[in-house]
Amino acid sequence: MGGIDPVVLIASLMVASTPILLAAIGELVVEKAGVLNLGVEGMMILGAICGFATAVETGSPALGFVAAAIAGAAFSMIFGLLTQYLLSNQVATGLALTLFGLGLSALIGQGYVGIKAPNTPRLDLPVLSDLPIVGPILFSHDAMLYVSLLIVAGVWLFLSRTRGGLILRAVGESHDAAHALGYKVIRIRLMAIAFGGACAGLGGAYLSLVRVPQWTEGMTAGAGWIALAIVVFASWRPWYALIGAYLFGGIVVLELNLQAAGVKVPVDLLAASPYLVTILVLVLMSRSKSRAALNAPADLGRSFHATA
Amino acid sequence: MIRLEKRPNPSRLWTALTPVLAVLLTMIAGGILFAILGKDPFEAIRTIFWDPLFNEQFAAFSRPQLLVKAGPLILIAIGLSLGFRAGIWNIGAEGQYILGAVCGAAVGLAFYPSESPFIFPLMVIAGALGGWAWAMIPAVLKIKFGTNEILVSLMLVYVAEKLLASMALGALRNPEGGGFPGSRNLSQHPGTDNPELIAGTGLHWGVATAFIAVILAYILLNRHILGYQIKLAGQAPRAARFAGVNPNLLIAICLGLSGALAGLAGLFEVSGPAGQISIDFNSGYGFTAIIVAFLGRLHPVGILLAGLLMALTYIGGELAQFMLGLPAAAIQAFQGMLLFFLLGLDVLSNYRIRLTGFAAKGAS
Amino acid sequence: MKFRLALKGAALAVATSVAGMAMAEDPTKVGFVYVGPIGDGGWTYQHDQGRLAVEAEFGDKVETIFQESVPEGADSERVMTQMALAGADIIFTTSFGYMDATNAVAAKFPDVKFEHATGYKRLHPNVATYDSRFYEGRAVLGHIAGKMTETNKIGYIASFPIPEVIQGINSYFLHAQKVNPDVELTVIWVYTWFDPAKEADAAKAMIEQGVDVITQHTDSTAPLAEMAKTDGIIGFGQASDMGEYKPAPRVASIIDNWNPYYIKRVKAVMDGTWEQGHSWGGMAEGEVVIGEITGPVPDDLKAEAMGMVEAITAGDYHPFTGPIMKQDGSVFLAEGEVATDEQLVTMDFYIQGITGEIPN
Repeated sequence: MGGIDPVVLIASLMVASTPILLAAIGELVVEKAGVLNLGVEGMMILGAICGFATAVETGSPALGFVAAAIAGAAFSMIFGLLTQYLLSNQVATGLALTLFGLGLSALIGQGYVGIKAPNTPRLDLPVLSDLPIVGPILFSHDAMLYVSLLIVAGVWLFLSRTRGGLILRAVGESHDAAHALGYKVIRIRLMAIAFGGACAGLGGAYLSLVRVPQWTEGMTAGAGWIALAIVVFASWRPWYALIGAYLFGGIVVLELNLQAAGVKVPVDLLAASPYLVTILVLVLMSRSKSRAALNAPADLGRSFHATA
Repeated sequence: MIRLEKRPNPSRLWTALTPVLAVLLTMIAGGILFAILGKDPFEAIRTIFWDPLFNEQFAAFSRPQLLVKAGPLILIAIGLSLGFRAGIWNIGAEGQYILGAVCGAAVGLAFYPSESPFIFPLMVIAGALGGWAWAMIPAVLKIKFGTNEILVSLMLVYVAEKLLASMALGALRNPEGGGFPGSRNLSQHPGTDNPELIAGTGLHWGVATAFIAVILAYILLNRHILGYQIKLAGQAPRAARFAGVNPNLLIAICLGLSGALAGLAGLFEVSGPAGQISIDFNSGYGFTAIIVAFLGRLHPVGILLAGLLMALTYIGGELAQFMLGLPAAAIQAFQGMLLFFLLGLDVLSNYRIRLTGFAAKGAS
Repeated sequence: MKFRLALKGAALAVATSVAGMAMAEDPTKVGFVYVGPIGDGGWTYQHDQGRLAVEAEFGDKVETIFQESVPEGADSERVMTQMALAGADIIFTTSFGYMDATNAVAAKFPDVKFEHATGYKRLHPNVATYDSRFYEGRAVLGHIAGKMTETNKIGYIASFPIPEVIQGINSYFLHAQKVNPDVELTVIWVYTWFDPAKEADAAKAMIEQGVDVITQHTDSTAPLAEMAKTDGIIGFGQASDMGEYKPAPRVASIIDNWNPYYIKRVKAVMDGTWEQGHSWGGMAEGEVVIGEITGPVPDDLKAEAMGMVEAITAGDYHPFTGPIMKQDGSVFLAEGEVATDEQLVTMDFYIQGITGEIPN
């Protein structure tokens, strides 16, 4: 692989993957609660513009991220209201959310084209950042990248080690049983949807404030859909989502780096490969039925209506 | 407190009334949006919903265009609705649409420059097969390994898009096109074209096929054992198994059929209105058709109307853009609202609203 | 009586206003069909600037209408037809993919003039085509790049392997090589016209490979945003000036300036002198403009670049003047030979010195 420095490659694929990681970890929680929200793309792009606009107006990227999370969560409540209270179909509602988000974000963003975002500072620790190998990979990113890793860890802890996580998974496994046990299925799902929206919003803002940094209409360019793929790739396990996100982001970065290093690559095949890999993982996962069954929420995508 | 109570059967009255109500609510909400953008809301609403149908200047052209735009949406949505009713979720129609177009076009181009009348029928078959084969990938994986078809079909959309780009730049590129991406024009070459069947109506083979599909789907669902099995599998999967429904067969039929119809839609589009394979030949019909299927309540006639309504908002939206200077984004947001209201209000046809808290107080 | 009078008054008012409208000269209606949003900051944005220039030039005598984000294929055909039905006198269709649709609609509206950007089909007398000689601008950027690079590695983010893009790559490299024989060119094909994240990643990949001067043939400003993160990397504005990245990393830009062409053609429609043809304007016509050359570029190099612009504008210098070899070593242009337009529009090879292959 000629002139590619693996350390630099890893450092840059971490940055490239963070938007999809954030969106994916949020969607993972939503799906664990038994809800399939295909509106990730819409929530991301809304987060991208709200975060960008707030950062530009206040001069603070941190406030931008906060605003993006709030905007994403608020926007996801349209989906929550429709699917949880009005029992609309989740697939169709999610698609409508994406359509609406793309339109709304472009309207909000009309005054923000061609403006530079305030700089998000990178970590620069005296000794650690200068260490060989681990320095660039571990100690010289922006704060939000570490936050994304913390969120992954937090989601893992929550789902596997807490009572709240147990309840959330129970709701996703069988809403009727959870309801019979006295859990507020709809309320729990709404909270999960809001969390998913907030994470997607953060992912979008990471695009517009750190990775690209600028606002352009339609700038997510399909990232939300990749996030959906990652959740499945990860078979609904938080740490696997991290691996999946870095793999998906990594393939794109690798392809571009190979080209830059002058290695001849079959671009079409490589561009399609993350999706083919995901299909392969899906197949491998579903073959070992017992393990997949442990992770895939049984009531995914079904509407809940308490009859009793 | 407000409570929903499931109706034993969907209310016919509300099923008919909710779409009207939804459109009215969208007009109000959209009107507010347009007013915020500094446009006359009444003029904007009129331009979107009225002008494509009745404006003297445009209607003669845009009425047939409704059919052209709605045709592929209806054709794809009909196929999808069968699977959706059975609980089989093909959301990769966009990819099957692309494959149908690519395979059909490849056949047509292979015979170039022949103008034989047998080419177009061959293209139709190739288109249907292409879409069918692409949809059979998730079907086979689901049957063999139990792999989730939603995700496989969705992933295959992206693979199809890459394939399309590589075809437009490589194998199917017009050798006389000066190196530009894109195939020869199929609609301007006799033998490979999908012309208007009756001049000035917009009715091409794809639209005709869409109408036939509506009728056949209606018959299938109401008169045929397969339709009964599809409905049963969706409503009561366990009961269906006891009734002798083979779930694997149903998966293969539903996915295969929806893939074939999406492939046909792609083929009719590439040989007719679009004319050629290009890098971004697909313009989201496969995804929009999912929404159309649900707006039509998965019912063939409903889908027909929903497809026409979607087409109306597209065409009316275009008029509003250049007549009134509304940004494209506003139209997108407006369409999003319409979908929200249509999806949300559907609750009224399946559920009764009860004010329980109030009633309880009155009783005590 | 009063009521009648009022009615009469109203009727009179209507009558006079109608007459007034008829008397005032009917404005020329100009339509624009855009492939992207007008806020893309690049390709479509510049066409819309052209539309605004037409409005500014002719004031009340024109009325412009436009539609953004129109997909190629069936949708574009419908949009054009609706514009023609709305009374447009001339319609500019601004994407290569609108070629067949433009000709199809033109056949139905022989009285409406159609102008198709970047295409070559003119099947009807009311269809003209137009394009810009972007390679002239690339030559100047290549010159700057060759002189400015410290690592002797320059980069080019390319969209699709079509002649227009290949012309740009060759012109850029040729002129970099002229002033710096050691220069190496890295090309990354991103297979998109617009995907900010991917464009930024491509720039990043180049920077990591030691490339320090990057130009792009994609539409967003994302590569410049990426370059701004690292000191010492410079690049160029593409399609529009991208002035928000002045003075660095953006040190110059290649601007598509459609204003003069649009004004000229609308004027021709007004005067009744519009004729079909193909226009391939460049610097001489004011269609390809090099934006302000800024800070990091030393004054003498700036003067050289301006000298090139002058020579090309005056017609004294053609960027593709022999001797030029193809990548495989065969002769493309002999000593003193100038490339014909035909050779340029079918260009499907790299010139000598560029490593790598054109995909497909």
